[in-house]
Amino acid sequence: MINTSEILQTVRMISEEKLDIRTITMGISLYECCHPDKQTLYHNVYDRITKQAEHLVETGEALEREFGIPIVNKRISVTPASLVAASCGDPIVVARAMDAAAKETGVNYIGGYTALVQKGMTKSDRALIASLPEALSTTERVCSSVNVASTRAGIDMDAVRLCGQAIKDIAEATKDTDASGCMKLVVFANAVEDNPFMAGAFHGPGEGDCCINVGISGPGVVKHALEKEAKDQPFDVVAETIKKTAFKITRVGQLIAREASARLGVPFGIVDLSLAPTPAMGDSVAHILEEMGLEVCGCHGTTAALALLNDAVKKGGVMASSHVGGLSGAFIPVSEDIGMINAAARGALSLEKLEAMTCVCSVGLDMIAVPGHTPASTIAAIIADEAAIGMVNSKTTAVRIIPAPGKDVGDEVEFGGLFGRAPIMRVSPYSAEQFIARGGRIPAPLQSLKN
Amino acid sequence: MEKKNTAVVTVVGNDTIGIIARVSAALAHHEANILDISQTVLSGMFNMIMIVDISLSRFAQLSDELDALGKELGLQIRIQRSEIFDAMHRI
Repeated sequence: MINTSEILQTVRMISEEKLDIRTITMGISLYECCHPDKQTLYHNVYDRITKQAEHLVETGEALEREFGIPIVNKRISVTPASLVAASCGDPIVVARAMDAAAKETGVNYIGGYTALVQKGMTKSDRALIASLPEALSTTERVCSSVNVASTRAGIDMDAVRLCGQAIKDIAEATKDTDASGCMKLVVFANAVEDNPFMAGAFHGPGEGDCCINVGISGPGVVKHALEKEAKDQPFDVVAETIKKTAFKITRVGQLIAREASARLGVPFGIVDLSLAPTPAMGDSVAHILEEMGLEVCGCHGTTAALALLNDAVKKGGVMASSHVGGLSGAFIPVSEDIGMINAAARGALSLEKLEAMTCVCSVGLDMIAVPGHTPASTIAAIIADEAAIGMVNSKTTAVRIIPAPGKDVGDEVEFGGLFGRAPIMRVSPYSAEQFIARGGRIPAPLQSLKN
Repeated sequence: MEKKNTAVVTVVGNDTIGIIARVSAALAHHEANILDISQTVLSGMFNMIMIVDISLSRFAQLSDELDALGKELGLQIRIQRSEIFDAMHRI
C-alpha cells in the first residue's frame, strides 16, 4: 500500500512543481494515402488522419482527469510529406490536408511536413523545401522539419543552403507576426523517427501504421529535488537525486502512454525522457543549472552542468520505461525557458555558448531569435555547424532559428503562450557566403580513431 | 501491473465542521467504497487521504461532484486513480 508521504509527494509534484505530461503524440503512417491526383491525395490524407485520431483529444482529456495530471498537448505526427507527395508532385496539398485534419481532430499541432535529405534530394524533397514559406505562412498548425545530415551519410550542403534561404523566406512571409512561421521549422542532423515533440515530430519511414509516443516534462520537479536533497552536496549526490527524480517522472509517462495506447487501441511506441521547459516560473532547465551553483546559465561551467543533467535524466528514466526513444535529454529552447530568456537578456548566454551546450544535450539551437538582416548564408552556416556537431558525435542536433524582420540586437520578439519570448542574439558579422555557395556533400566522418 | 479500481482522494484546506461527512456522502452517492482514511489537522490545516474502491462508480461524474464540493467548501479536493502513485513509488 502506498503511504501518506508518497501520496503527498506526488500531489505536490503536480500541483506545485509543475509536473506534467508535455505531449501525447499519435504517429500515423500516410503511405496508404499516396495518389497521383491532388484532390484524391488531399482526401486520402484528411480521411486517414481524422479517422485514426478521432478519439485522441478526448482520450487525453479523460486520462488527465482520471490520473490528475495535466497533459499539456495532444498532437499528431505523420509520414514525411515529401514521401507521400512524391506521386503527385505537389507537397502543399498534403500540408493543407494536415492542417484541416488537425483542426477537425482538435490537436494544436501536426508534424511531418518533412523531407529527409541527408544524402540527397528527390524532386519531391526540393519541392517541399521550396514550398516551406507558403506552407508555413498559410497553414496554422502544420509543423515542418528537414533532416540535412546524419553520421552515416554526412552533411548535404545543398540542402543546408536551401534551408538557410527557406528560413529567410519564411521570416519574410510571416513578418507581420515576428516571423512566427520559423518557429514551425526544425532543421535536423540525425533526426529521430519517433520524436513526439514539436516542431520536429514526424512518423518515420521505419514506423508502423500508428503508434502512441509520449513526451514527459518536469524541470520544476528536478530543481525542487535538488534544492531539497542536494543543497551544497558533491556532484555524486546531485546526479543520484536527478536520477531518482527522472525515474519517478518517467514512470508517470510510461503509465499514461500505456493507458493511452490501450484505450485508443494503438500500439505504444516510446516515452521520450525529456526535460522540456516552459516560460512559466518554476519550469526552467536553466534554473536547474543555476541550482547547481552557476551564477547565471551561460557562464563557464554551464556545459559541464548540462552534461551531468542530461546524462542523469537518461540514466534515471531508462529503467522506468519499457521503450525509451525520441530525443530524450534536456531541452534548451531559449524563448521557452524563463532562465534562458533572462540569461540571454543579461548578455550571459551567447550563441557560441549555446552551440557548445548542444554538444552535451538533446537537440540544439532551439527557438533562437537573431537580427532580421542576418544573411541566408549565415543561417545556413549556423545550420552546418550544428549539423557537424550532430554528425561527428552521433547525436541528434537541430536548428530552430528566427531571423526577426526589422529587429536587431537589444530588441525582443514575443511569441506568446508556450513559445515565450526571445531577446535577439548577436551573430557573427563575418561572412560564410563562399563557404555555403560551394554546395555538395561533407563526407560522413570516421567512426574509429576517436579523439 | 494488474488493473485496479481504486482511487486516492486528497483533501487539503482550512478545517471546518463536516468535511469528512460531506466528502463521504459524495463518495457514497457515487457508490465509491472507502477502504482507508487517514486524516490530520495541523495548525488549522485539514489534510485527508482516502483510498476508495471505484469499481461501481462513474469516474467523470464522481470527479465533477468532488470538484464542485471543493469549490463550495473552499478546499482542494483531488481524486486520482491509484495507479499513478504505484507507478511513481513502486518498482
